[in-house]
Amino acid sequence: MSSPQLSIAVESMKRVELITVAGRIDSSNASELDDALKEVIKSGKYNIILNLNGVNYMSSAGLRALVAALRECKKHRGDVVISEPSQRVAEVLDLAGLTVAEAPLFKVYDKNMAAVGSF
Amino acid sequence: MGKEEILTVPGRYDQIQVICQFVAAGAREAGLENDDVFHVELCCDEATTNIIEHAYGAEDVGPIIVTYEITKETYTVTLHDNGRPFVPDDVPEPKYPKIGSVSNGEALDDILNSLQIGGLGIYFMRKLMDEVYYTFNGVQGNSLVLVKNLAPEDHK
Repeated sequence: MSSPQLSIAVESMKRVELITVAGRIDSSNASELDDALKEVIKSGKYNIILNLNGVNYMSSAGLRALVAALRECKKHRGDVVISEPSQRVAEVLDLAGLTVAEAPLFKVYDKNMAAVGSF
Repeated sequence: MGKEEILTVPGRYDQIQVICQFVAAGAREAGLENDDVFHVELCCDEATTNIIEHAYGAEDVGPIIVTYEITKETYTVTLHDNGRPFVPDDVPEPKYPKIGSVSNGEALDDILNSLQIGGLGIYFMRKLMDEVYYTFNGVQGNSLVLVKNLAPEDHK
């Protein structure tokens, strides 16, 4: 699923779905990310790694999609973790208080491998 | 004498990037560094989203007029709409969840449900901008003013 500004690729792995997102996420297209996450969750996959290395811009609209996915996955004892966030994404997550060191809502990993290994 | 530029766009989400590019150009011209330029973009993005969602209630209801002004001391962006009054101060700051050692699934769900992503835009503005003003006029509509102070070395 993709539009000119946003690309979303889903890779099914043994225990987890790796979703690689790239481009710009704002209110005009956050629903695409939301829909992609919902589709994965609807298919019964509740362990998700979101690689956000290629996301050069994300507003609270993107955060909304992430939190909604986390909520659903947690209900099914799954998790949504972030892998390789870009500097901008890391900053926005931090600004929103979603990755505070003591009690992060989202675990963040430097590499996909580490994120996969966490499940 | 400050430099001033104005941009008028239809109130649609696909115009957010246009607004971002506009205010980013002004921010760079004012001498702001990349991080601050991003902060200005993010705040204007959030402000635009709030205008469409709250002041207009939907896309394509009215225009958004964005102006920026560069002075020696400040970079100021004003976003104006003709929608219904939307007072940023009425929006409570988001509550941060205290997860701690929560292992109870239900408690975590409560926390996630109470997480206010909705007020994040205002929160970002208050945190990232040096000053945030809001005025509403029955005839002229809402005006949101975002001010970023310029450090002496920002001036080119």
